[in-house]
Amino acid sequence: MSFVAHLINGISLGSVYALIALGYTMVYGIAKMLNFAHGDVIMIGGYVVFVTVSGMGLNPLAAIIISMAACTILGVVIERVAYRPLRGASPLAVLITAIGVSYLLQNVALLVFGSDTKAFTNVVPFPNLELFDGQLVIKSVTIVTVIVNVIIMVGLTLFVKKTKIGRAMTAVSEDKGAAQLMGINVNGTIAITFAIGSSLAAIAGVLLCSAYPALTPYTGSMPGIKAFVAAVFGGIGSIPGAFIGGILLGVIENLSKAYISSQLSDAIVFSILIIVLLVKPTGLLGKKVQEKV
Amino acid sequence: MALLETKNLGISFGGLRAVNAVDISVEKGQLYGLIGPNGAGKTTIFNLLTGVYQPDEGAILLDGVNLTGKKTIDICKAGIARTFQNIRLFGDMTVLDNVKTGLHNHYSYSTVEGILRLPRYHKVEKEMNEKAMELLKVFGLEEYADYKAENLPYGQQRKLEIARAMATAPKLLLLDEPAAGMNPNETKELMDTIGFVRDHFDMTILLIEHDMKLVSGICEKLTVLNFGEVLAQGDTQEVLNNPEVITAYLGE
Amino acid sequence: MKKLRINKTTKNDMITYAMVILAYIVVQVLVSTGHVSSLIQGLLVPFCTYVIVAIALNLTVGILGELSLGHAGFMCVGAFSSAVFSLACKDAMPGGLRFFLAILIGAAAAALVGFLVGIPVLRLRGDYLAIVTLAFGEIIKNIINALYLGVDSNGVHFSMKDALSLNMEEDGLMLIKGAQGVTGTPNDSNFTIGVVLILITLIIVLNFIHSRTGRAVMSIRDNRIAAESIGINVTKYKLIAFTLSASLAGVAGVLYAHNLSTLNALPKNFGYNMSILILVFVVLGGIGNMRGSIIAAVLLTLLPEVLRGLSDYRMLIYAIVLIAMMIFNWSPNAIFFRKRLKQRITAGKQPKKEEA
Repeated sequence: MSFVAHLINGISLGSVYALIALGYTMVYGIAKMLNFAHGDVIMIGGYVVFVTVSGMGLNPLAAIIISMAACTILGVVIERVAYRPLRGASPLAVLITAIGVSYLLQNVALLVFGSDTKAFTNVVPFPNLELFDGQLVIKSVTIVTVIVNVIIMVGLTLFVKKTKIGRAMTAVSEDKGAAQLMGINVNGTIAITFAIGSSLAAIAGVLLCSAYPALTPYTGSMPGIKAFVAAVFGGIGSIPGAFIGGILLGVIENLSKAYISSQLSDAIVFSILIIVLLVKPTGLLGKKVQEKV
Repeated sequence: MALLETKNLGISFGGLRAVNAVDISVEKGQLYGLIGPNGAGKTTIFNLLTGVYQPDEGAILLDGVNLTGKKTIDICKAGIARTFQNIRLFGDMTVLDNVKTGLHNHYSYSTVEGILRLPRYHKVEKEMNEKAMELLKVFGLEEYADYKAENLPYGQQRKLEIARAMATAPKLLLLDEPAAGMNPNETKELMDTIGFVRDHFDMTILLIEHDMKLVSGICEKLTVLNFGEVLAQGDTQEVLNNPEVITAYLGE
Repeated sequence: MKKLRINKTTKNDMITYAMVILAYIVVQVLVSTGHVSSLIQGLLVPFCTYVIVAIALNLTVGILGELSLGHAGFMCVGAFSSAVFSLACKDAMPGGLRFFLAILIGAAAAALVGFLVGIPVLRLRGDYLAIVTLAFGEIIKNIINALYLGVDSNGVHFSMKDALSLNMEEDGLMLIKGAQGVTGTPNDSNFTIGVVLILITLIIVLNFIHSRTGRAVMSIRDNRIAAESIGINVTKYKLIAFTLSASLAGVAGVLYAHNLSTLNALPKNFGYNMSILILVFVVLGGIGNMRGSIIAAVLLTLLPEVLRGLSDYRMLIYAIVLIAMMIFNWSPNAIFFRKRLKQRITAGKQPKKEEA
């Protein structure tokens, strides 16, 4: 029974990773850049909910909507100010800038909210699910996170496939120049991608902090990196890949914590990344792209 | 025996047959043109010849040696050098260093000798400098030796790319649209350069070109591609007067 | 013309060496005349550490053109391998020889790890390299924090669980005590050794850049496909540059370890934040510019000590400066603007070269 419990905890953690990885994959797939600051947008989203719920006593649902709006604006501003001027520059330059943005967000949060850990209140108002006379407890946050994940995944897939903006995104991801010639507003499309990615980050932030209720300026950093690992694992750019990669990563992390060593669980997770990239550089569901000569 | 021979060369990308059953035979010392409308598969053939893509079918022989399936660097070592349609220089390096990098596989000292600046480093570097300057002189680039490659004027960049390719001491030189983006004066100068390279180095050259004036001016033989297949092949004037070729180029 | 070029690069390198030596002399004079606070004196060896690791990272970022976020990890490998050696041989040999060997061991260990990480990783595209090196840095830190190592009359013992499971004899010596790290490393490094190591690092890197191997590496950075087309073995040269860079970072780690009596693998000295800090040095000093890295490393280490009042804002300022520098230096619009500006300034001064 304890194995099942560890497994469920793993899925719980993994579904949070999956949610963050979806944001990474969206932005990477379309703007072809690793938005290193994504994890920190999650942290900001968490703080917004914390301030509005614990500080101002708002209804959690309203707080989540405010947080999504705040993160969306933040994402679009970051894209406009830091990333857009570097469109067409070397990927290295963009990546370093993204690291700078990540750092900036952490330090702004540090100055505004301080370095002390804030106890986050669970905003999922449902009772936990108890099975086998309480031997197995599934937290309501886990269930909600998995459901939210599936909804978002399906929604995103439909959005990309069926809507005009979604198709514009696909076009931009294939070839920015050609998309521009076809009358697609490339900058606008990328801005929308960041908007969507960041609003997903807000949701991820709320669920992350509800499941693991300790909020600091560095809360988003490690889950962000691991979610990127998950996105690479599943095949970057692939929406179902992000989901599968996230869940798998969470399960692996939790099982190695339980059965191997809690100190080495991160090392194990990261070693898996290296092994996956060695064996299948495109990840589980990724596509191979060849540079045009 | 021909210097370069392709036999039944073919490759598909997904469902698209980009190159199909192409036989080309280039004699030593020839200036050979590969022409055809956009998307006919010309650059794809270059990429097959240089190992950027691997053919699904057919064989590539250089001087009787089978190069099919070889990697780019081995093909370079076997004696095929190329330029690119969109110039690919080492932009942040000097003009001289671009050529010296082309000499890489012909002059050698170890990394440790380089770091410790042992005698061999000085000796080989001196030889490389001399050889590289000699090549730059041939292309009239010696006074730019110090410039960053990306700061050269466009026409000179094209020449530098040829100089760098020549530094690898190839048997066969592939030029991918060398006159692209040049004005008539520059094209004229380029034609002279290509002719000079052929005579001076006794080089065999296979070139892709759109500029008919350039092609008819310097190429001895032509292959015309259309939709990945050979449409016509033979002596330049003959091919250019072929009604099918005229149709393919000008439409009905 | 050819001669002039060689003179120019050599002159440039000489200026860099002279700058380091001059800075050393000035500091020594200031110290002997009592003008340097003990606080700053304590920072002299860390200065050297940061300078070396910044040069090492600049080799990867500026010359190889790849981003590594794991250089703190290579430092960590160099630090721990050499500290363990020095501790184990504390009484076995004289200090000078021991430290010399410690440097070699640190450099070799970091080079080995760099090589092993490089094999899978350097085949990948840039962003992946960054994330994998980051992951690697965390792995190293994790493993060292869980590692127990000891030596006794029966030989070497190691465990990933705790000190007890080492089953050591009474006479045993604990080398690494898990999260408590290494204690009692001989204090073999000093400012003079640090400066000598900086100079050696500089000579290695600058000579490397101006060698056949260096040109091959830079050609890959500038255009991989063209480099392959002229017969450059991309994987080989990437690996050489990356391994060299890792091993120099390892040397920085050796210097760091032998300046402290207790060595721990903490997030702040060997974690991701440290890797970012080194990256900040490199970016601010100018990517590919070794002299710039040295100046940036010294200034950014010194500044927070001088401006204590700003310490809360330090990281914030770094972040903003980093973003601003990247946009100013790399944005296509900014590059275009600067080119135009330069043309306008130099117009008239230079004869047109096109007719030549």
